[in-house]
Order: sequence, then structure tokens, then C-alpha cells
Amino acid sequence: MPAKWIALATAAQRAQRFHDIVFLRVPCVASGPFIAGMARSYGNVMNRLTTLCLTVLLWPGSIALAGEWSGYLSGEYRYFPVEASDPRQHGNNLSFSAQPEYYHEWDDGRQSITVVPFARWNQGDNKRSHADIRELNWLKASDNWELRIGIGKVYWGVTESQHLVDIINQTDFVENLDGEDKLGQPMIQLALIRDWGSVDLFVLPGFRERTFAGANGRPRFQPRVDTGLTQYESSREQRNIDYAARWSHYIGDWDFGLSYFHGTSRDPTLLPILNTGGKLVIAPRYEIIDQFSLDLQATLGDWLWKLEAIHRSGQGNRNYAAATGGFEYTIIGLFGSSYDLGLIAETLWDERGENAPTLFDNDTMIGVRFTLNDADSSELLLGLVIDNNDQSRMLSIEGSRRIGQRWKLSIDARAFANTQKNSLLYGFRDDDYLQLEIARYF
Amino acid sequence: MQKLPNSSLKRILPITLFGLSLLPLTANAESAEEKGLAIAIKADQLDTGWGDQTADLKMVLRNRHGQESTREIRSRTLEVEGDGDKSLSIFDDPRDVKGTAFLSFTHATKPDDQWLYLPALKRVKRISSNNKSGPFMGSEFAYEDITSQEVEKYTYKYLRDEDLDGRPTFVLERYPAYKHSGYTRLVTWLDKEMYQPLKMEFYDRKESLLKTLVSSDYKQYQGKFWRPGKMSMINHQTKKSTDLFWSNYRFKTGLTDRDFDRNSLKRAR
Repeated sequence: MPAKWIALATAAQRAQRFHDIVFLRVPCVASGPFIAGMARSYGNVMNRLTTLCLTVLLWPGSIALAGEWSGYLSGEYRYFPVEASDPRQHGNNLSFSAQPEYYHEWDDGRQSITVVPFARWNQGDNKRSHADIRELNWLKASDNWELRIGIGKVYWGVTESQHLVDIINQTDFVENLDGEDKLGQPMIQLALIRDWGSVDLFVLPGFRERTFAGANGRPRFQPRVDTGLTQYESSREQRNIDYAARWSHYIGDWDFGLSYFHGTSRDPTLLPILNTGGKLVIAPRYEIIDQFSLDLQATLGDWLWKLEAIHRSGQGNRNYAAATGGFEYTIIGLFGSSYDLGLIAETLWDERGENAPTLFDNDTMIGVRFTLNDADSSELLLGLVIDNNDQSRMLSIEGSRRIGQRWKLSIDARAFANTQKNSLLYGFRDDDYLQLEIARYF
Repeated sequence: MQKLPNSSLKRILPITLFGLSLLPLTANAESAEEKGLAIAIKADQLDTGWGDQTADLKMVLRNRHGQESTREIRSRTLEVEGDGDKSLSIFDDPRDVKGTAFLSFTHATKPDDQWLYLPALKRVKRISSNNKSGPFMGSEFAYEDITSQEVEKYTYKYLRDEDLDGRPTFVLERYPAYKHSGYTRLVTWLDKEMYQPLKMEFYDRKESLLKTLVSSDYKQYQGKFWRPGKMSMINHQTKKSTDLFWSNYRFKTGLTDRDFDRNSLKRAR
């Protein structure tokens, strides 16, 4: 091995040790103030979990050393080519985030604990500087059941353009507009595994508010969402206990899930009101809803057919339905190469129409997924959502590739065009951005 | 003379499985196709009864300039009687895909069922199994090279006997009987003692030599099952190569169907 490589390898080992040392402490020491801050809003549940976190992570020797650490550190730069609509909003923006992960299993792998803290520092918007416990849970798996207790994350659904059915975890909306970043949710989850599928039962004590960009943040709604004015239908507010149940199974080429949720809606109704300073802001209002949902995918050769549908009552003064459906068709081995090209089309519909507190009430999404299948896992996803009524458009680009064995480079872009004054998307009209992110995995 | 009935029984037994019409035939009167199939069936029978298997896999990918990248995967396989095997692969390295897991139910004749678990989103995604010819993890191994090799997935033709590096082998030609293969034929040098491949040549859809696989460092487990320690694939067209290093083979570890469902996929580590 050339001397240069040996020097690099030694440096990498040293860096690895450095990470090990830093991240053994970060979750409990460095993020202590964050956790304490969150504990205030969480109340007792969170306090107890924080104590558990501290106990587990600072346990002398045995547990902390027996488990395995992984995770990432990431630096991100967002370039905004257009001046913001509101002079308070920041310009180009630098941000760093970290998400270590600790995992330990015993009992022949039948029991485990997972701890995943997350923290972000953001230059221009202090609402985007935030920390969260993505996961802190104990799992017990038996032959025909699984029990998970603690803070966890659950994903339901099949479509690409939006995630209608996915309701267990709150969206960490300051992270990304795509709704794929989620806040940790306290839960007791019991999965019953049978020949006829899996039944998941959830008790969800403690509600998480959606995160929104602050007055200085971008992209954000106009007027801004003031989370200080949050309203709840339930007098128990964040302490309301929610319930959910799901049956999921597959038959041949068909995978499906039927779910029910009762509790505080994850997406708030957005109410324009005047704040104490007499300025127009948006107050999020979280109502108690009942939601039935279906998610379905048929995997038929090169075609994936997808449907997500919900029926919700309790939000606003009427019951309503919403659905997303479409296909992804993959051309495998484009022009005799090993590249794959996926063509995606989905339609997004909400019965409430233009009044829906959603970006997508009657829209069409078309997308292209380009996968190189190379050693660096290079891929690119282009998506365009067009409003069928007012022709407003949202373009998103997500590309990534690995660099070496431990680094990953991602490029993301969002652009908004032809946004109409009466639509939620109008707030983002000057918030086109290009984002470059480099992450180090360990 | 004592041994004769036994050895002729061994030769006839696989043939009886094809149906009564083949019974009158002697070994000498076999066509090349029949002999090829008989050898494939024998190889399959010798490798039956292992129940379940776990192993660690390290992949070393090399591009045409010799630059390397590595993958670390743990694999679990469940033998399924009368159908293809079930397998679960868990990725440990590179770290950005750590926790990603791939669940596959192979089938002899109909398309395989495959799910992918993406840990960042906690999403289980059913994926199309049509991508048989695509690279596995960016390597020179295609999905169809690493999935369970059921007898019914190919038709066969015996070519000749040949010594390969001093070991007697059967040279067989195999033709994929499933759809979406990247190959027209595979030439296999099958060791006469182990009934395991020592070398394979893959011919692409244009009939040109695409890749050569050399399997070595075989060891016998449970007094019966042979497994390679190393598999080296060279792509002659791109000059890229991939080495697979297998270790920690364990058999009959007590895995069940429950370890190969979508719930176990989600908590695979």
C-alpha cells in the first residue's frame, strides 16, 4: 500500500475513534439543553424517556459498549437565486446536522434497544436549528408478535408524490418540504403476525407539533406560521392519547394495508389570524379526527401501480376523501446499458378542492427516476407537480452519489412557477433553491 | 459386482424423475440434453436438506483502473421444499446503506417476490423482480447470478468431460428458461466430485462472452454441503471485476418462515 494511502487510513481510523468518543457523549451531554427544552413541551412522558436515555447511554460499561454505533454528520448549503418575498427572510444558508444511532440486541436478537438522536444547527433560521429524538425504543420480537415501546418511527404507504396515508409520525417540515422527514413519536406498538397478514395496534401518548420555518426561514408560507398561536381541539392538547390500527398483507403481486387512526390530526388546519402585534399570521389548529385509509400496490412486471386513499372526519365542518394514485414504469437496462429509467405519473386529489389546507388538491405529478446501478449508487429523481386548476408548478430534483466508502454527496433543488395568489404555494414563489449536501457516515 | 447395482441405481434414479418414458433408456442412449439435465438434478439433490443457512459476505468491486470499493452483507437463506428458497440480505457497508435489507422469495417458474427495506424512511417497498440482468449493488454480479438456482430455471446440454486445473469436470451448457435474463447461455465446469461449479462463462444477448466466474476455496459443511470461500467474476467487456469472499457459513440454525417476512425485514440488523 502506498504511503499516502496508509496515512489516509490512519487518519480515517483516528477520525473514527474521534466520532466514537464524540457520539458517546453527544446524545446526553451536548444535546442536554435540547432534550430539556423538548421535555418541557412533552411533559411527563418525555421526562421519563429522557431519564431512560441518560440511564441507558451513561450506564457504566456493559450496555453502551456492547452495542453498535452508526450514523452520519452532514453539512448543507442552500443557494437561493431570488431575493426573498419578506425582507426578514435569510439569503444563502449554511447548516450542519448529525444523527448518530445506537443499537444493542440481546436474547438471541429477539430483544433490542435503538437510540437515534438528531440535531441540526441552521445559520439563518433558528426554528430550523432543532433537535429531536427520532428513536428511543425497546423491541421484543416473538414468533407471532412484536412489541415496541418508546419513541419510534413508522412508515405507511406506497406513492412518491405525497404521503397521504402515513400518519403515525409528525412531519419535520423544516427539514424538507417533501414530508419524508419525521419527528419521533412516543408509542406502544403491538404487531400480531398471522398467516393472513400482520395487525399492528398503536397507542400514541403525546402529540408532536409540526415544525414550521420561522420568520427568517426559507422556504416558508406567506404569511408565516406562528407556532406560538397553535390551537388544539382537545383540551388535553399535546397530552391527548391517539390510537391507530392497521392490517397489512400481500396476495401474489398485490401488497395492501388498511388502517384506522383516531386522534389529533398530524396536518393542522391553517387559520389566518392577527397576532398580538396586529400582523397577519397563520395559526395551526390541530383537530381530533377519525381516518380510514387504504394503500395498495400491484407489482406487475415492469409496472408498479399504486394507490393511497383516505377518508377523514373531524377536520373542518365536513367529512372528506383524498387520494393519490398512479404508476411507476421502469425501463431496465436503458439502451443496453445497466442504467434503469423509471417513469412516474401520479394524480393527487382532495375532495375539499381549493379550500384544502394542502398543497395538492387536484394535481398531476410526473417524474423520472434515473438509476445508474454503479458502484457509487448514483441516482437522480426529477419530479414535477402541476396544479390542474391554476397551472402552478413545483419542480423538485434529488440526486445523490457515494464518494469513496464513507461519504455521500447530494444535490437537491426546488423551484416554484406560476404560483397563484390564493394558493398556499404562493408563499414559496421566491424560495427556489439549490442545495448541496455532503455527509460523512460512520 | 457388489457395487454395481448401487452405482447404476444412482444414475437411473434422477432419470426416473423425468417420467416413465425415459425408463427404457440406458445412460448411453441419453441425448446431450437429457444428460445435462440429469447432472443438474443430481447436483440439486446433493445440495438438498441443508434447511437454513447463514453466511457473511464481503464484496470487493474493482473498476478498470483497479480502484476498489467494498460491500459487507450478511445473508440468511431458508430452504423451501417444492419451491425456490427464501433469502434475506442485510447490508452493513457502505455505511450510507447500512440497515438496508433485501427479502426475496424465489420461485422455480413464476417471477420471484422481492421487497426492499429502506431504513432512513422505515419504508418497505415491493420491487419488481424483472431486473434480473441488473447489477447487484453496483457489482459485476447480476441479480440472476446470486439468487437461488432452481433446476427448472434452465434447460441443459451436456458438452463434454474435461479436466480443469487437474480436477475432472462435466462441462454443461445452461439456457435460462425464465424471462428477462441478460444471458443466452452459460457454460459451466461442474466438479465431478462436489457437483459444484468451478468456473462459469456468461454469454450476453449478442452471444459474445460477457463474464467469467471462478469459484474456489470450497469447503464441505455438515459432511455433505460444499460451499465456495471465494467467487471471482471478471467482466470482459468493461474490464471491471468483483470478488466475493464468503465466511462464517452456518447451517440448520433454526430459522423459520417467520424470519423471512416483512416484519423481520423491518427489524433486520
